[in-house]
Amino acid sequence: MLAALTAVFLCQLAGETLVVAAGLPIPGPVFGMVILFVFFVVNGGIPASIATIGDGLLGHLSILFVPAGVGILQHGARLEAEGLQIGATLIASTVLTIGVTGLVMRLLGRSEAKDEASGNG
Amino acid sequence: MGDTIVDIWVYLAASPLLALTMTLLAFELSQRLWKRIGRPALLNPVLVTVVLIAAVLIATGTPYETYFEGAQFIHFLLGPATVCLAIPLYRQFERVKANALAIAISLVMGSATGILGAIGAALVMGLDSVSVLSIAPKSVTAPVAMGITEKLGGLPSLTAVFVIMTGIIGAALGPLVLDSLRVRTAPARGYALGTGAHGIGTAQALQDSEVAGAFAGLAMGLNALATALLAPIIVAMLL
Repeated sequence: MLAALTAVFLCQLAGETLVVAAGLPIPGPVFGMVILFVFFVVNGGIPASIATIGDGLLGHLSILFVPAGVGILQHGARLEAEGLQIGATLIASTVLTIGVTGLVMRLLGRSEAKDEASGNG
Repeated sequence: MGDTIVDIWVYLAASPLLALTMTLLAFELSQRLWKRIGRPALLNPVLVTVVLIAAVLIATGTPYETYFEGAQFIHFLLGPATVCLAIPLYRQFERVKANALAIAISLVMGSATGILGAIGAALVMGLDSVSVLSIAPKSVTAPVAMGITEKLGGLPSLTAVFVIMTGIIGAALGPLVLDSLRVRTAPARGYALGTGAHGIGTAQALQDSEVAGAFAGLAMGLNALATALLAPIIVAMLL
């Protein structure tokens, strides 16, 4: 368990270090994800202890955003002044982004259902 | 009596225990309530938890900085959790390879739509220039979005708030949008949620299925990269 947690932290630390050292525009943890992925490929699988830790963290991913979300308190004045406009902007652009991405994936993506359909036709 | 309670509060507020317990308790309550009343999109547990904690902080006059000193230990786990997204990605890698072309095109389209949509809507709504610059990378996971905003000349802490709000909106409305567009496959739904609503969208996708979660995590990582590259170019062209 401790070894698995150490491995995850090491991946993040290596990711952060490489990103800063190379001046890359990606976040350290995302690079850490790539490093862990490469480790799984080399290792030929996911060690059970890392899977336990990872599934535990990812199963509760949304609570991790709460502390940053409460930061809304620091921007009270701005939200009072343009809160409605900000809300409308966020809703419109987020709906658009998810819609466009989903549609492109639907039109171009292969799916199990499509594979079956083409197999039948 | 009143003084004693204030004294106790001041004492406890100085240690991480209170902020951590408050966050866990508020989230546990929000999630239980949410499940009991049939998981309504608009009462997303993250949203309800943020409102509950904000209300307590305002009522007790506790500054956000004091709360965050304790809650940062939860915040810190975002990094290791992001690293762990390699797990669903590895498990679903065959599906990812089969969808490689769709992923590449969706990435560029989704990232560009996210930036253009945010700037465009912000300009239409007449937001001030700091808000416009801070809102551009709002579909990207918080630490990256804050870095992008810094380079654009916006306010990183404001971006963090926009990012969380975007995540909540995406997790709440995203599934409805995808239903209405008849986007039904798990890879497409997950990828769209991860692109538009980063980690909170990914959390939503993980609840649907591991396939959706893997594609959402992949989308979150790729969109962070694409937006970091595209946002400065689009902003330079438009503003």
